[in-house]
Amino acid sequence: MDNKRKSFWSKLWPPALLLIILLGCWQGALELGILKEWMVPSPVMIIEEAIRIWPRLMEHTEATVQLTLLGFAGGTAVGFVLAALLHLIPGVRTAVYPLLVLSQNVPVIAIAPILTMLLGWGLLPKVLLVMMVCFFPITVAMLGGLMNTDQPLRNYLQMIGIRKWKLFWKLELPHAIVHLFSGLKIAASYSVLSAVVAEWLGTNKGLGAFMLISSKGFKPDRVFAAVFIIVVLSLTLFGLIALAERLVIRWRPEKEGR
Amino acid sequence: MRSRNDNQAMTLQVNNIRKQFGKGNESKQVLGGLTFSVADGEFVSIIGPSGSGKTTLFQVIGGLERPSEGEIWIDGKKANGERGHISYMPQQSSLLPWQTVAGNIELALTISGVNGKLAKEQTREWLDRIGLTEYAKAYPHVLSGGMQQRISFLRALLAPQRLMLLDEPFGALDALTRVQMQQWLMSIWEQNRRSVLLVTHSIEEALYLSDRVIVLSASPATVLEEFHIPFERPRQEEIWSDSRFIMLKQRIYELLRFGTEGGRER
Repeated sequence: MDNKRKSFWSKLWPPALLLIILLGCWQGALELGILKEWMVPSPVMIIEEAIRIWPRLMEHTEATVQLTLLGFAGGTAVGFVLAALLHLIPGVRTAVYPLLVLSQNVPVIAIAPILTMLLGWGLLPKVLLVMMVCFFPITVAMLGGLMNTDQPLRNYLQMIGIRKWKLFWKLELPHAIVHLFSGLKIAASYSVLSAVVAEWLGTNKGLGAFMLISSKGFKPDRVFAAVFIIVVLSLTLFGLIALAERLVIRWRPEKEGR
Repeated sequence: MRSRNDNQAMTLQVNNIRKQFGKGNESKQVLGGLTFSVADGEFVSIIGPSGSGKTTLFQVIGGLERPSEGEIWIDGKKANGERGHISYMPQQSSLLPWQTVAGNIELALTISGVNGKLAKEQTREWLDRIGLTEYAKAYPHVLSGGMQQRISFLRALLAPQRLMLLDEPFGALDALTRVQMQQWLMSIWEQNRRSVLLVTHSIEEALYLSDRVIVLSASPATVLEEFHIPFERPRQEEIWSDSRFIMLKQRIYELLRFGTEGGRER
């Protein structure tokens, strides 16, 4: 336990230190007049502004968190079920897989107005938008896991007469869980940002909307305050997934440091 | 042609099995008309040069592949292309890494048709008997290669199927561990005698363990010769230096060498 804590800190401090140095350089550049305050606000200005409007900022954050979590959960569910179906029903994968790739090539800008026209200005079209971004890495990662199970293990289980459904539950699915988590991590990082983008497209709640309004009102310090919060949200969600991974996959040898 | 009666008396009866892959000029015959049997409670080894189709033979007996010609009879029933009639110990221990040691054994037993409660009881009892109780809740990656193979063997031994297929079970172990494992396997098998078909590359291993040794030729595999091994059970290590042991070893070695020359292009 002690050892684990130590390695956690030894992994944390290098990026943290680098971040502090970068912020210091940013602040210094403004102090020395290399950058002007009307071009870009200084970190100190951003923090001061964030504290001043904290309650409003939190209101918007709450809306974004809600949208992110709904979209992420929905995307995960769809991604999971889709991967299982594509794997279990023969022939479907070849037909559907290219279309899934296609779905990722249509820009949000093109889909958003259609969703809004169909479903109105409420939460639903925005959640769908986040789901569309999230499900893809999960489906791809999990499908890869389902299809690349260990051949000797599969051969052994088939030799002793395992049935297809049991093979899925006992071999393919547990094997795919490891891959599922790498998909979840990617989806987690995408989900916050895609929630913000969804909020740009028509709403007055959420960090995305707040950024848009602040930007139009020439308040770059507020835009950056929102960016900081988005970064913190992304990191938190990513960290939670990594923690869940550790709790779920206990059977893996300790030395694989991920 | 053997009578139906013969097929029923044997745990495994392989009748003139041929297997070829591909068609026309591209086709390759792997099994070229194999006939042999394993009686109830008998330990039979198959030994042959590399590429003599032993993997294919096991897949045909296990039902993963259908023979192109011939019949497989297991426990008096025709079993061409049917799975679930055998228990199996593969070359790699093939334990599921996300199941505990006990979980792995229980899973194999339930797949073989044992009900869950009985599987649990048997697993506990036998882990205790072979002195591995403390590892029951451990994950396989903490076990050494030899211990993993012990679990893998136990898993095959406890399944209710009369016939066990062992596919080069000790091939990946070092020489000393290998000898220890052979002695261990003998002692456990004596307590719970099942029909065994073992594939191995080691002539000594085949002679030490078996009642009968079948020598195969390479591509396509045919039975070159069968040897009855005369030593009493339980067997002691001394038979390794017995003159009959050494003579048999020499004969099989020469047979294998002769067979290999025919199939050197592989």
